[in-house]
Amino acid sequence: MANRFDVRRQNGFVSVAMVCFFLLYLPIATLVVYAFNDNDSIVIWKGFSLRWFHIAWNNGLVIEASIRSFQIAAVAAMLATITATMAALATTRTKPYPGLTLKYAFINQPLMVPEIVTAVALLIVFSRIKIWTGYSGLGYLVAAHTAFCIPFAYLPIRARLESMDLALETAAADLYATKWKTFLHVTLPLLWPGILAGLMLAFVVSLDDVVITEFVKSGGQDTLPTYMLGQLRRTVTPEVNAISTAFLMLSIGIVTAFFFISRKRT
Amino acid sequence: MTAIRPAVEAKGVTRIFRETGQDQVRALDNVSVAIRENEFFTLLGPSGCGKTTLLRLIAGFDYPTDGEILLYGQDIAPLPPFKRPVNTVFQSYALFPHMTVADNIGFGLKMLGRPKAEIEARVDAMLKLVHMQALKNRRTSQISGGQQQRVALARALAPQPKVLLLDEPLSALDYKLRKEMQIELKRLQHETGITFIFVTHDQEEALTMSDRIAVMSAGNILQVGTPWDVYDHPSERFVADFIGETNFLTGMVESAGDGRARITLRSGAKICATAAADFRAGGNATLMVRPEHAKLVKGRGDLTGTIETIVYFGTDTHIHVRLDEGNAFMVRQQNSRSASCGFENGDKVGISIGDDAAQVLKD
Repeated sequence: MANRFDVRRQNGFVSVAMVCFFLLYLPIATLVVYAFNDNDSIVIWKGFSLRWFHIAWNNGLVIEASIRSFQIAAVAAMLATITATMAALATTRTKPYPGLTLKYAFINQPLMVPEIVTAVALLIVFSRIKIWTGYSGLGYLVAAHTAFCIPFAYLPIRARLESMDLALETAAADLYATKWKTFLHVTLPLLWPGILAGLMLAFVVSLDDVVITEFVKSGGQDTLPTYMLGQLRRTVTPEVNAISTAFLMLSIGIVTAFFFISRKRT
Repeated sequence: MTAIRPAVEAKGVTRIFRETGQDQVRALDNVSVAIRENEFFTLLGPSGCGKTTLLRLIAGFDYPTDGEILLYGQDIAPLPPFKRPVNTVFQSYALFPHMTVADNIGFGLKMLGRPKAEIEARVDAMLKLVHMQALKNRRTSQISGGQQQRVALARALAPQPKVLLLDEPLSALDYKLRKEMQIELKRLQHETGITFIFVTHDQEEALTMSDRIAVMSAGNILQVGTPWDVYDHPSERFVADFIGETNFLTGMVESAGDGRARITLRSGAKICATAAADFRAGGNATLMVRPEHAKLVKGRGDLTGTIETIVYFGTDTHIHVRLDEGNAFMVRQQNSRSASCGFENGDKVGISIGDDAAQVLKD
């Protein structure tokens, strides 16, 4: 009887699941397979080759854009995580008060406002600032990425804080720990998996952003995704597949590493 | 008897909580109490009576709306918890899950900046005190509830606090373990010589462990006394009702004075009862009689009634009688191996109340 409510036993479960898996993974699988295509076309298979990886690796623009992407993602994810940790502490280590919901909404604004709106708004504001200050470096991209990464870092950190027993911090205070020492010896070590999750999420989100980056970047500031977008407009070769595959492997690497780190911690 | 010097003194302490959109709640209402050095003092009362609030005010987790909290004569009410030489054993234990048993116990001393060698020696001594040496390097998630309880105790005792606060620490344990820990706590208090302030809603726990008990209700302390005082000489009806099982009777006070009173019960019987020294004659009064202080007799007693139920408890038997005047009355009778209680359901019986069995209560 208990099994009647087991979702795996419901009619059509297997077929629906299969459709979902195909939709999710078939395109990715195709992309990965054609990265090894020994042909100029991305749809006609000729034979196995690492040629496109070789070409991508020796393409100065790809390497430059990749390095830029990582620089922006690293700095933006770090800044966003620090901000998100402070925001999460401020919004959970307090009694609920009117206006708290508004603050949640405020912090999570980038999740709700359409990205294109933010992109256009930033373009207008930043172009003003560029005229006033004369500065046109990577700072604009870092600032924009930090802003939209904050909610992604905030959510896992807040979830972790909410599941933490408040009595632990009370106990630390009872045992002569000042607020700062309590944070250092109790809150932070317990919060660490949440912070790592937030950092990783922010990093990945920054890494593959296209819309805001496309609008905010100055000339010669292509990140890997905007470079690839530019490539697609001209000729499409399996080089794009090769870059994407490398990207994918890297993401899987980061996620796996994180999984093992966080499992060790808890 | 221990020294009379108060370790902790609350003077006119009031704590008002203001919830948004609700009326304010007076969790403590002008409470004053003096807790002596070296005693096992219990705050006893039903949930919501303010006992935990008072404990939190002493610990520093909360601040009084009004009044003073003195620790050896010094007002500590405005100090944060980490500046008070007072430690707490939490209801949930609140052990740090990312530390070993030893690190948990040493935490307080580490925060006080004591040298490593001293901390290690003290942790070992504490582990020995609570019989936990073998589990020194375990994680706190790898030990049982009873063991966690011991670690929580050791952690709170390690910095040698002037006062140890215990917030219903035994409520999560099963019956047998709870009994064991009650004895253990008494032993620890005796061995360390630290003043214990213990919060519980369990009257049996309070009676068996405490040197003195404060019975609380609705933000007030109703009575402070030894277990014997609060059980046998409760000052008012709430105390008598909350602690142990009690029969209540009403009667006319014929005469009173010198801590004694003569009462005429509704059944017409006249009995003697103890009363507060300032109790005056005239008018109705509530009397209480403990079930073990009344005696069932065949024939006429001070009260008469019919037996409704007989409940066997192993050590004794509870006999529930419906009095002729309508109220229920319970008598507890010690069992013996050779004979039954000697009564049957439906028997007409008398209840005799000895000279020392009844107490007049303030309502």
